[in-house]
Amino acid sequence: MAFPEPKPRGPELPQKRLKTLDCGQGAVRAVRFNVDGNYCLTCGSDKTLKLWNPLRGTLLRTYSGHGYEVLDAAGSFDNSSLCSGGGDKAVVLWDVASGQVVRKFRGHAGKVNTVQFNEEATVILSGSIDSTIRCWDCRSRKPEPIQTLDEARDGISSVKVSDHEVLAGSVDGRVRRYDLRMGQLFSDYVGSPITCICFSRDGQCTLVSSLDSTLRLLDKDTGELLGEYTGHKNKEYKLDCCLSERDTHVVSCSEDGKVFFWDLVEGALALALPVGPGVVQSLAYHPMEPCLLTAMGGSIQCWREETYEAEGAPG
Amino acid sequence: MAALDSDSDEDLVSYGTGLEPLEEGERPKKPIPLQDQTVRDEKGRYKRFHGAFSGGFSAGYFNTVGSKEGWTPSSFVSSRQNRADKSVLGPEDFMDEEDLSEFGIAPKSIVTTDDFASKTKDRIREKARQLAAATAPIPGATLLDDLITPAKLSIGFELLRKMGWKEGQGIGPRVKRRPRRQKPDPGVKIYGCALPPGGSEGSEDEDDDYLPENVTFAPKDVTPVDFTPKDNVHGLAYKGLDPHQALFGTSGEHFNLFSGGPEETSNLLGDIGVNKGRKLGISGQAFGVGALEEEDDDIYAMETLSKYDTVLKDEEPGDGLYGWTAPRQYKSQKESEKDLRYIGKILDGFSLASKPLSSKKVYPPPELPRDYRPVHYFRPVVAATSENSHLLQVLSESAGKPTNDPGTHSRHQLNACKRGELLGETPIQGAPTSVLEFLSQKDKERLKEVKQATDLKAAQLRARSLAQSASGSRPQPSSPDVGHCSWHMALSGGTATTRTSNFKPFAKDPAKQKRYEEFLVNMKRGQKDALERCLDPGMTEWERGRERDEFARAALLYASSHSTLSSRFTHAKEEDDSDQVEVPRDQENDVSDKQSAVKMKMFGKLTRDAFEWHPDKLLCKRFNVPDPYPDSTLVGLPRVKRDKYSVFNFLTIPETASSPVTQASSEKVPQHRGSDKSRKPSRWDTSKEEKKEDSISEFLSLARSKVGPAKPEPSPSVNKEEERAMESVSNKVVNKDVDSQTEGEGSRPSMDLFKAIFASSSDEKSSSSEDEEGDSEDDQEGTREADSKSSQETDLAEASSVAQASEPAPQEPAPFFPIQKMQIDEREAFGPRLPPVFCPNARQKLEAPLKEKHKKNKEKHKTKKEHKRKKEKKKKHRKHKHKGKQKNKKAEKSSSSESTDSSDSHSEEGPADLSPQELLRRLKRLPLRRQ
Repeated sequence: MAFPEPKPRGPELPQKRLKTLDCGQGAVRAVRFNVDGNYCLTCGSDKTLKLWNPLRGTLLRTYSGHGYEVLDAAGSFDNSSLCSGGGDKAVVLWDVASGQVVRKFRGHAGKVNTVQFNEEATVILSGSIDSTIRCWDCRSRKPEPIQTLDEARDGISSVKVSDHEVLAGSVDGRVRRYDLRMGQLFSDYVGSPITCICFSRDGQCTLVSSLDSTLRLLDKDTGELLGEYTGHKNKEYKLDCCLSERDTHVVSCSEDGKVFFWDLVEGALALALPVGPGVVQSLAYHPMEPCLLTAMGGSIQCWREETYEAEGAPG
Repeated sequence: MAALDSDSDEDLVSYGTGLEPLEEGERPKKPIPLQDQTVRDEKGRYKRFHGAFSGGFSAGYFNTVGSKEGWTPSSFVSSRQNRADKSVLGPEDFMDEEDLSEFGIAPKSIVTTDDFASKTKDRIREKARQLAAATAPIPGATLLDDLITPAKLSIGFELLRKMGWKEGQGIGPRVKRRPRRQKPDPGVKIYGCALPPGGSEGSEDEDDDYLPENVTFAPKDVTPVDFTPKDNVHGLAYKGLDPHQALFGTSGEHFNLFSGGPEETSNLLGDIGVNKGRKLGISGQAFGVGALEEEDDDIYAMETLSKYDTVLKDEEPGDGLYGWTAPRQYKSQKESEKDLRYIGKILDGFSLASKPLSSKKVYPPPELPRDYRPVHYFRPVVAATSENSHLLQVLSESAGKPTNDPGTHSRHQLNACKRGELLGETPIQGAPTSVLEFLSQKDKERLKEVKQATDLKAAQLRARSLAQSASGSRPQPSSPDVGHCSWHMALSGGTATTRTSNFKPFAKDPAKQKRYEEFLVNMKRGQKDALERCLDPGMTEWERGRERDEFARAALLYASSHSTLSSRFTHAKEEDDSDQVEVPRDQENDVSDKQSAVKMKMFGKLTRDAFEWHPDKLLCKRFNVPDPYPDSTLVGLPRVKRDKYSVFNFLTIPETASSPVTQASSEKVPQHRGSDKSRKPSRWDTSKEEKKEDSISEFLSLARSKVGPAKPEPSPSVNKEEERAMESVSNKVVNKDVDSQTEGEGSRPSMDLFKAIFASSSDEKSSSSEDEEGDSEDDQEGTREADSKSSQETDLAEASSVAQASEPAPQEPAPFFPIQKMQIDEREAFGPRLPPVFCPNARQKLEAPLKEKHKKNKEKHKTKKEHKRKKEKKKKHRKHKHKGKQKNKKAEKSSSSESTDSSDSHSEEGPADLSPQELLRRLKRLPLRRQ
């Protein structure tokens, strides 16, 4: 009865442009998948946040209430709420269904570059150019953050959260990992201003992109360098990077209008996917499938692997 | 029936039911095989056994509560006339019918219960009842019960009686000679608790003396084992005193048992050991003993098996006491030879000892002297110095020791080195014996100096050395004369050193402080009237008194125990900590090392810092993580207080070292730095450092000094007024502005363009417009504002160069330099920017705005700066905020678009190679097309 395990599919890279959505909200500052990858959020420079079905290209809802452009957003684990931060220095907690602002956290002294929910969506962590990370409590009505992590010497460009860690990349060239369980702060010096960081999906590594046009894969526990990925161009802008759905590839935006894929282990450039003439501002990788969202200018693109056939819905 | 059938034997008694007689020719019935035997209830229903051990029958209908028709609850019916009566279910409602039958647990037919059964038959229970009655709160309450004694005898009794049995007798054939006791035979162990003493048997024993030969006796009755459940809270087998026995002395033996004492019991037990070679298991004690433990001698329960006969034998010699009461007479005989009597198996080659072992001799502890008092005094330890030799002497005298010459030390005061010295050894060179030897030569000398100075002072105590002591050399504990008033003594006892600048208890009142210092000085000199002298003569008596107390207390409080030490360490607490600042205890430092490590790609230990970090408790809770520091109230990094201006603060910030370069070029910068007290180093500094390696570093620093700090933020909104003003400057611009505005307000998609247009202005404008914006966003980084202020001044210098750029000449060499620097500065200051808005499909629309942008930028440079200077801080931006929300947005975005702007300017200026190729190309193209 035992069928042999189906041979695992070779990793396929999303390189077929499935859809291009003109978001109509100014520049798309960030594009993010929701937790299961069925929907995506786009942060517009016209102060709105939009929820899309990227495969069908339907706009589901528009969230307006920010006083400035929206720079980052994240969805909660249960898809019930969103958080976003923007140039108005506020962090906003949204109700997904009603589109209403549930809470507005004010306290940052500069624009909020990045927001993240914790695993249970009880805390929002926001990183700002005021060089602090603030932990906002979604459960209580307190206007102050639970804790302010002000160890960074310069603006925070990226924050990621695991179940017990807070990973923060700062323009001061350091990656800081706050381990709540151990009560320790690990600070890794990278040197160049950091634009984006992320955990690998297995939680063992951190991927760090910095303004010296280099991505580095660091061992989370020791801080050792596991890999270096170069070839793209990232000297000025805050661009995103991520890992593919199975940690097989490293993906990064580039200022020359491409998205670069490197093999994670070998570090060789696997693909340079041309997106358009501008700067690829943001990208998001589907949590389970080889599906990539990129943001360039005022539109987002959805990419799938070559063999992908849109099921049901046309185009 | 059998009787009827067998007519021949009329006189035979037959019991039971006879079998049916066999018919002729009929074969005897086969017995029903086991598997076919079924149990049925009275209605013929099968009863099934439930398991071999449970033995229960099935209940209800196939083990359900229902019937064949199913389980039908009684339907609830109630109406106004016919109210449902509240029925309280009793236990019977849950019983099966078998339970209610005669032999069930709740028989319905009337039977006499145990309560009314004749008590006399159940002697144990009777006894228990008597006991309970005696100990009950109302004695005799059970008497009533005794009056009602329905005579009900069980069928067993009746049968036995018919057979000639009488109450009180045992059952069995009569015996000729009454056996001593119904005893279990020797091999059988007794388990369970002891039989109750003082039983009826005891009283019967007495008249056994007369035993005629021809008389047979009924066997003695056996007291059944008491199965009374234990329903009290007494210990196991505890029995209260039977008041009848205790009070009326019916059984004296009960009390006499105790007289035997421990050795008796042990003796008795020993006998058992002798007889059986092993102990009988449980011998009537309340508690068993662990298998591996020796049984303790039981001094309380006197019941032992030895009281019983274990062997059938003839009567005991001499006495009429049998088993039950211990043979006390034998005790005395046996006791003497008890020790030697070992009748166990003796191994071959061994013989019994003839003499008892001599016991070990025990020596008593030594006797204490009669006047010994068990109290120890710790004598104060006073280091022998020249100052307190008096004190030492007194102490040593009081201790009863001969006074030592201070120069010579007792044997115990010598250390290894000194002993070696005395012995004439050469001192060991290798290992330094004291911390002092680790000090550098210089330090040693300094210490020596200090020491000499103090010695000197001690010698010149009486001399006027006020100036000297004030000069900061370590003040000395002084005042050799021991004993003025009490506080004086305490002070002089090794303290009273408070000339150090640290101790200014009365700093708020300079006059008082002065008096206080004077007082200290006087005291140091040992003047008794130190206080009186230094007090202000103009003061009232009360004030004097108060001040005297204060001074004395202050002198005590602030006296440090060791002046040399105290002066070398800063004190944890200062009166005035305004000049202190809290800094994290651990700081990330030595960036240079890390940089080199990064360059060599040696990530890991070299680039990693790990700190203790305390998450907030609530945060831990929210993350579902146990608090790693449950006892700590700290949050964040542990912090320590440091002098705000301490050198150490700056040591950790290497950037400051390079600041003088920039400061030299602009006097404004230092101001700015001074005003910025923030813990974090200014971005300038860091960026400076980073850039230091660049070949253009000098340029950068120069530029930095000139150019206002680049603002991290996309610059503040461009207010319409300003735009208007700019428009007035050049018609061309006006047109474009109008265009762009209408465009921007027109349709949504065009907003990007609009933003891009306006954002462009922000770059150059940022420094100047900053302070205006500051009002609306004043909480934005303080450094920024400070920067902007300083930058305004520098703008002036820059203005000229910018002014040149105002005319849209694409190839203008002059402005290139400063502008480029500004860009770099900005990038450094704010890190990665947001990418520019770049909509491919909106390109056509974009182009025109972009051109405008460039122009505007330049114009703005010119006009803005002048503008700015006028308005400077006065201008509040609130209104602009409202008005130009869109613009604000755009301006904010400008952080991203700045890059395009900057690249624009570069492209115009030609040699720019900074921005992406694509942008460059496009940007270059645009202005050309436009003109």
